[in-house]
Amino acid sequence: MVDTALSTAPEADREPPGGPVALGPLGFLRWMWRQLTSMRTALILLFLLTLGAVPGSLVPQQGVNPLRVAQFKAQHPALAPWYERFSLFDVFSAPWFAAIYLLLFISLAGCVLPRSRAHWAASRARPPAAPRNLSRLPVARTWTTTAPVPVVVEAARTALRARRFRVDVAGTAVAGEKGYLRETGNLVFHVALLLLLVAVAVGNLWGYKGSVLVTQGSGFSNTVSAYDTFRQGVAVGPGSLSPFSLRLDSFSVRYQQDGDQRGAPRDFHAHVMFTSTPGATPRRYDLRVNHPLVVGGTRIFLLGNGYAPEFTVRDGTGAVAFSGPVPFLPRDSNNTSTGVVKVPSARPTQLGFEGLFLPSAVLDPVRGPISVFPDERLPRAVLTAWTGNLGLDAGAPQSVYRLDTTRMAQVQMGGRPLAQSLAPGQTMTLPGGQGTIRFDGVRRWATLQVSRDPGKGPALVSAALALVGLMLSLFVSRRRVWVRASDLGGGRTLVEVAGLARTDSDRLGDEVDDLTAGLRAVAVQEPFDEED
Amino acid sequence: MASETAAQLSNNLLYCAMVAYAIAMFCYAAELAFAPRVRRAEPALVGSGAPASELPPAADQGDGAERSDRLGRVAVSLTTLAFGLHLGAVIARGVSAGRAPWGNMYEFSVTGSMVVTAVFLVLLARKAEVRYLGLFVMLPVLLTLGLAVTVLYTKSEQLVPALKSVWLLIHVTAAIIASGIFTIGFAQTICYLVQDRRERRPVEQRGPSFMDRLPPAAALDRAAYRMHAFAFPIWTFAVIAGAIWAENAWGRYWGWDPKETWAFITWMVYACYLHARATAGWRGRKAAYVALFGYSTFLFNYLVVNIWLVGFHSYAGVG
Repeated sequence: MVDTALSTAPEADREPPGGPVALGPLGFLRWMWRQLTSMRTALILLFLLTLGAVPGSLVPQQGVNPLRVAQFKAQHPALAPWYERFSLFDVFSAPWFAAIYLLLFISLAGCVLPRSRAHWAASRARPPAAPRNLSRLPVARTWTTTAPVPVVVEAARTALRARRFRVDVAGTAVAGEKGYLRETGNLVFHVALLLLLVAVAVGNLWGYKGSVLVTQGSGFSNTVSAYDTFRQGVAVGPGSLSPFSLRLDSFSVRYQQDGDQRGAPRDFHAHVMFTSTPGATPRRYDLRVNHPLVVGGTRIFLLGNGYAPEFTVRDGTGAVAFSGPVPFLPRDSNNTSTGVVKVPSARPTQLGFEGLFLPSAVLDPVRGPISVFPDERLPRAVLTAWTGNLGLDAGAPQSVYRLDTTRMAQVQMGGRPLAQSLAPGQTMTLPGGQGTIRFDGVRRWATLQVSRDPGKGPALVSAALALVGLMLSLFVSRRRVWVRASDLGGGRTLVEVAGLARTDSDRLGDEVDDLTAGLRAVAVQEPFDEED
Repeated sequence: MASETAAQLSNNLLYCAMVAYAIAMFCYAAELAFAPRVRRAEPALVGSGAPASELPPAADQGDGAERSDRLGRVAVSLTTLAFGLHLGAVIARGVSAGRAPWGNMYEFSVTGSMVVTAVFLVLLARKAEVRYLGLFVMLPVLLTLGLAVTVLYTKSEQLVPALKSVWLLIHVTAAIIASGIFTIGFAQTICYLVQDRRERRPVEQRGPSFMDRLPPAAALDRAAYRMHAFAFPIWTFAVIAGAIWAENAWGRYWGWDPKETWAFITWMVYACYLHARATAGWRGRKAAYVALFGYSTFLFNYLVVNIWLVGFHSYAGVG
C-alpha cells in the first residue's frame, strides 16, 4: 500500500543516499537542503511550531493584553527577566518562533517546487503500462468471453474515457489513471499557505491598528497623535490615515438583570457622529460589536467601555484647578473601576487622587468597597489624596491611570490615610486647606479600535484556496485501472480488469465492479465460465 | 412564560435522552460481551480495496450470536430514540432562547454530543461495520452530557453582544461538527491502539476478549484516518470562519487570543497526524498517538481555555 497522499517529500528523496561518502562543500549544502526539505524535518518543524505556540497562550502576551503582562512582571520579579530573554511575553513575534516558521516555509517551498515539476510531468505522461500479472493486484476481476480482443479493448477504452480516466492503449491492454486533482489540491494547499504568510506580512507592513478611548461628549480625529496605542507597518506613510473624525454622543448598555448570568452584557450601543473628510456633512452611526463603522477603507470597531467619573478640584487657593471627566478602567465584570486624577496646576502643591469608581457600590467586609452590578445603581467614588510632586515635568512618560507617588505624600486624617466614599454631588475636603474635590457625576467612555489591513483580502483568498486544495487532496483518490484482453484461441478471450488505489480508498472495488459490469454488456461472460 | 416552558421541556427531553443513551450503552456492551468468541483468521495481506473486517456469518454461531445480534439491534434502536429526544432538547433550547442553541459551554456540549451521535448514526445508515463502536461512542456522549447538566448548566438566556452575529451559526456550527467527527475518530484510534497491541501478541497467547468482535487493527486505523481526514477540512473551515468573524468583531482576523492559539495548535497537531500517516517510520501507532494528542489539545481548548484562560473568547457562562 503506497501512501503518497500527503507526503511532501519528492519521491527520489525517500531513499537516503548510499554509504558514507565524503561530501564537498557543495555536497554538504545539497545534503543540508535534502535534510531540510525532507518529510521528517517538516514533521519536526510542525511539532516545534505547535509547541512554540503553547507558551503564547499560557504566558500573558504584550500584543494581546499588555496590562496582564505588567501584572505578571510585578508578581514574578525573578522570573520575568528570564521570560523576557526568551521573548515569552511576545512569543508570536519572537526570533525563535519566526525561525521555526521560516524554516518550515522554506522546507515547504523546497518540496512543493520539485513536486510541482514532477506533477506537471506526470499529468502529461501516459498512464503506466499494465503490470504483467493483473490478478495479483488488490482488486482484480477476470472472465472469459467470446467477444474478440479489439472489441473488448475498444469497449474498455470508451468506458474508461466515459469515466474521465486518462487512457492509454498499448497493444491489447488499456491503462487508465484518474485523480490527478489530489496532487494538484495538495500543491495548491501548500502554495496557498505560503501566500497566506505573504498576505500576513503585507498586512503588517502596510497596515495600521490603533485604539483610542473616547469619553461621551468628546471625539477624536484620525491622526497618529490622537491614539492611545498605535502600531503601524514600516511602509505606512504619514499621509495614509484617512482624515475622518468622530464624536461619541452617547453610550447605552443593557445588562442581564437576574438569573445565573446576572450582570452579563446584552447590548452595547455607541451613538457616534462622524465626518469622513473635514468639511463633509456629519453623519450618525449606531456603532455596535459586530457592526463596525467603515470610513474610506478604514474600519472602526467598538471594543470596550467603562466609566469616567467627573470631578471638580479646587486647590489651596480656592481656584478651580481641574474640572472634567476622568476615565477609570474596569477591573472586574461588575465594573469596579480604578483610576487617578492628576492636578498639576494646583497651588501651592500639586494634587493627586487615587481611587475607585463603583457603579453599584457595596462595602464588602472582606474585599472592601466593590461594585456588585455593572450598571449605575448606586454610583460611588472612593478616593484618597496625595500632595507633592506628580513628577510630570521629569520628562519620563507616565501612565494616566497610575500615580507616581515617589515624591508625594498621602494626605492623612487622624493618623490614617484620608479616604472617603462620595456620592454624586458630594465633596471631599482635604485637611489644612489643601483643597477640595467634588464628585460631579459620571459619564461613559468607549474604546474604539481603528484598523486598516490591506493584507486581509489576500489572506482570505489564500485561506479559501488552501481549504479547496485541502479538500481535493483529502477527498480525491488517485487510482489506476487496467483492462487487458488476451486471445485464448478458439474464439475465446480472457478479460482481466484490475485496479490499484494509491491512497486509502474503499471505493475502488465498487468502481472496478461497476466498470466490469459495463464491460460485460459488450464482452458477455461465457455461461460455463467459472468466475474466480 | 413560553420560553421557560421550552427551556424546561428541553431539560426534560435531555434527561430522557440520557436514560436512553445509558441503556443503549449497556446493550452495546452486552453485545460485545455475549458474542461468541470467534478467533478471527488473520488477514494475510490487507489490500487497500479489500473489505478487511469479515466477521463469520452469525448463523454459524448459534444462539449466542443471535442473542448478541439482537442486543446490538436493540442498542441501535435505542440510540436512534435517544438521538430523537436529544434533537428535541436542542430544538426546544433554541426556541426558548430564540437563537442558535450554542451560545455557551452548556449548549455547545449538548449540541456537540448530539453531533457525535448523528455521525455515528450516519455511519450505521451507510451500512459501515461500525456497531462495535457503539459502546465507545455512547461513553463520551454520556460523559459530555453529564458534565453539561451538572457543571456547565446555564439558564437559557440572551447572548452577550459579541456573539450576536450570523457567524455564530457558521463558525460554531462548523466547530461543533468537526469536534463531533474528531470524537468518533478519537474512539476509533483508541480501539486501533488496543487492537494493535493485541495483534502483536502471538495468537495462542491472546486470551478471549471482546476485542475479537472488533475489526482488525489495520481496518480500525483506516477508519480512524478517514474520520480525521473528513473532520480536518471542517475544522479548517471553522478556523477560517472564526478569523472572518474576529475581523468583523474586533478589527483583526488573527490576534493570538488563547482560544485562537489553541485552535491553531489543534489544527497543527492534526496536520502532523495526516503528514505522519504518510511518512515512513511514523505510520501506525506513532501517528495514532499524534491523533490522540490532537484530541487532547481540542479538549484542553474547550475545557481549560474556556474556563481558566482570559481572552476575548470568554463566553463559557460558567461560574
